[in-house]
Amino acid sequence: MTDLLRHDPQIIAAGVGLFAEAVSAQAVPVTTVDWRPPMAGTEQDLARVIADPRRAAANAEAIRRMLAVRANLVDVVPAGELLGLQPGRFLHAGPPLRWEHASGPMRGALMGAAALEGLVDRPQDAERLFASGAGVSLEPCHHHGAVGPMAGVVSPSMWMFVLEDPATGARTCCSLNEGLGKVLRYGAYAPEVLERLRWMSGSLGPLLQAAVRAHGPLDITAIIAQMLQMGDEGHNRNRAGTLMLLRELMPEMITSGADAEEVAVAARFIGGNDHFFLNLVMPACKLTLDAARNIPGSTLVVAMARNGTEFGIQVSGTGDQWFTGPAQVAEGLFLGGYGPEDANPDIGDSAITETAGLGGFAMAAAPAIVRFVGGTALDALAATQRMYEITLEEHNQFTVPILDFRGTPLGIDVTKVVRTGILPQINTGMAGKVAGVGQVGAGLVTPPAVVFPAALAALASAAPAL
Amino acid sequence: MSIDHVEVRSGAYADSVTLMRVSRRVGRLEGVGAALVAMASELNLELLAGMGFAPPRHAGINDLLVAIRAQDEDALQAALATTAEALTARPAASASAGDVPAPRTVGAASRSVGGGALVLLSLPGQYVFAEAVDAVESGRDVMVFSDNMPLAQEVRLKEIAAEHGRLVMGPDCGTAVVRGTGLGFANAVDPGPVGIVAASGTGAQQVLTLLDAAGVGVSALLGVGGRDLSTAVAGRSTVTALDALDADPDTELIMVVSKPPAAEIAAAVRAHAATLRTPVQFALLGRGRPDLTAAVEAALNALGRAVPRWPSWGTGDTPAARPGALRGLYTGGTLCDEAMVIASEALGAIRSNIPLEPEWALPDSLRAPGHLMIDFGDDALTVGRPHPMIDPSQRLARIADEAVDPECGVLLLDVVLGHAAHDDPAAELAPAVRAGRETARARGAELPVVISLVGSERDPQGTSRQAETLRDAGAEVFASNAQAVRHAVSLLTPGGTR
Repeated sequence: MTDLLRHDPQIIAAGVGLFAEAVSAQAVPVTTVDWRPPMAGTEQDLARVIADPRRAAANAEAIRRMLAVRANLVDVVPAGELLGLQPGRFLHAGPPLRWEHASGPMRGALMGAAALEGLVDRPQDAERLFASGAGVSLEPCHHHGAVGPMAGVVSPSMWMFVLEDPATGARTCCSLNEGLGKVLRYGAYAPEVLERLRWMSGSLGPLLQAAVRAHGPLDITAIIAQMLQMGDEGHNRNRAGTLMLLRELMPEMITSGADAEEVAVAARFIGGNDHFFLNLVMPACKLTLDAARNIPGSTLVVAMARNGTEFGIQVSGTGDQWFTGPAQVAEGLFLGGYGPEDANPDIGDSAITETAGLGGFAMAAAPAIVRFVGGTALDALAATQRMYEITLEEHNQFTVPILDFRGTPLGIDVTKVVRTGILPQINTGMAGKVAGVGQVGAGLVTPPAVVFPAALAALASAAPAL
Repeated sequence: MSIDHVEVRSGAYADSVTLMRVSRRVGRLEGVGAALVAMASELNLELLAGMGFAPPRHAGINDLLVAIRAQDEDALQAALATTAEALTARPAASASAGDVPAPRTVGAASRSVGGGALVLLSLPGQYVFAEAVDAVESGRDVMVFSDNMPLAQEVRLKEIAAEHGRLVMGPDCGTAVVRGTGLGFANAVDPGPVGIVAASGTGAQQVLTLLDAAGVGVSALLGVGGRDLSTAVAGRSTVTALDALDADPDTELIMVVSKPPAAEIAAAVRAHAATLRTPVQFALLGRGRPDLTAAVEAALNALGRAVPRWPSWGTGDTPAARPGALRGLYTGGTLCDEAMVIASEALGAIRSNIPLEPEWALPDSLRAPGHLMIDFGDDALTVGRPHPMIDPSQRLARIADEAVDPECGVLLLDVVLGHAAHDDPAAELAPAVRAGRETARARGAELPVVISLVGSERDPQGTSRQAETLRDAGAEVFASNAQAVRHAVSLLTPGGTR
């Protein structure tokens, strides 16, 4: 029964300021809600979804499952073998995409991958191949338990990290990170780009496979928890995570029987690529979020992904349906002589990190990167604090030191985004919009607002009538 | 030649009371003829047209209207600057590492506030459901002042609250008193033995203030919302509130103040009340039933307390009864209802926007010949604007109109004091009363003005001071609404209007 009459009153007030003032004037403490109207035209859908008797329990179950996931690195395997990919089949980042709608960097990455797989002699020749569609197919990484940063293109000969949740046996995977600058995932396909990919398939992949198999399951969740204490946010800054991974694998790399020079080249490559660990954070996040999929009534966002043309989200309560809108151009800093006019709209599956409470949601843990994206340390704090407004829970293992080790904001709730108008904050790299250019900058971006009312409408039509 | 400036600011939002204050401040600037800063609700767009402004082409409820009529460009710029400043006026704050941004939802606010807090919501009715569900899901009781919440949402909200063992006061709950704190429109009264469950805001305030006049305090006043005892809502909050008061050791007698509920609900609630340890007295308003004053007298008798002579402040000169129509202009819905019940016994049909009989309904113009009573606090008249207990402008305009109407024989008004009400209603009303009486006198008629004044002596406005100001303007003032109505009726000859 209500204990209303047993406590001295304390008030949380939303609405007409006069009523809060009238309570304050009676010397009663008041916490005021800075309320604003929800996104336009969403009142009916909001009411129906919030009234859905399944919602609260469904979201609690989604969170319970997410927090129960441990992500172990268990293997490193070529995509062809792991996913049964045949030459001519390509995975890409984001929601489904047809070649004719693909942006410059997506086309560049696909062309480079076609050359890597020997479908064409030169990447430039692949344009006709993809345009004709003969013997080639494009599918989202997300439809295969995979995630890929930026263009996210995966072809059979690329080696993949394999992550597994020991409790359920669920698996996800992600390609190996190529480094920054002129790289395939940013749409570059110059000879040195393909050369590096061949070395990764021929040397780095097998070496990592041997090391991981010798090491045994490697707890990626634990490394993520630690990296947040060391100034990484797991999306745009992965320096500490990368070094911790290297520390774990180095002994097994050395004892793998590989040539010392080969081990040294691999160690130098990993240690010199601050983003190497991103490709482990991403599948760890996907493993976490996949556990929360397909719970009827849940309003939790289980994927945010961009294909360079469209930004898409998937929601637990609406299955595999994508809700898409035009991808936005990030705001941030540019490399060299590049400027905003050179940047492609937002691209990549890496927003899976924000979806799982890292990246932009954990900005407060990584004050060092706010300069990189053109802000102040206080902006970083504010960004994380703002994300608590649109999330269901605080992470029980990933914590933010400056916020007194408060858990990172976890589990984006579609209804809260629509109610507050606060969009998820994503840290991202920017690809050049012309195929072959590569990275031009990094910055901050949000989803197009339209995807959230669209998801809400689908949740509403799946909810019982009010 | 004046300049009309009409602007629509999409996505800007402020609550209606803040906007009223901005409008008033800008409208009083030198060189400004008229100003309306308001959300672009249908009602406000009509108001805009009524003020002679050209309506904007695209404007909806989520857009902010800024309309200013200025005598010249300089005055307009000054008015716009004042508007901008008034809209952004906030306590000065500088960002520092320890600052936490203000929560944007009740759910977020709940995370930072300890247990026991009550949530008080006065958002526009179409938006309030989500915040109210946040409140009960985070284990808090909630008072929903807002009206216009769809009925299905109210039922669902109260179901969710029951799952969490929480009380929903409202929607459309105007008043509550919890542990001595007044919420919404509430009078400042002493602690005492009477617990009140009220489906009616101003009805409950009448009970509070009459008990106060009798020297009896209240343990708590729990509002339940005007529809709680309807068939659809089935008294969900009433039962929860009765249980809470029954468990409260300070409560010796419970009063339930409501319009007569649906028969099966009344039976269920009475059956529940019979199981409680604390005696429950029902004050159900309606024709053929005791009025609120009588209900309070019965409660005093039950408690063994003396019934006092209810305060009144008279002018001393009672004019002879004469023909004419009774015109009641109310801010309190239940007070208006009670007035119609009492007056119609003597006068017959009374037209109203909240009519006792469907065929007595007033047209949307709110104009009709004969006896009529208007509830200016009705949902339909408060969309996108403050309640008339805060913003008296609509009623003041109507008082002036009635004064020129030769058919108007007696003007009956209510004034409700307490927390959150206008800080000096008599100061606004007294000049209108005086002017109205002078207008009538100019056409050779005496216009008696009778006021029911609902207030306690500890209210911020001070009941005696308010009463004296109104009496000095020529009004007869009564603490009991029932007595005020009977007095007003006695000033008219039976047999209807001229």
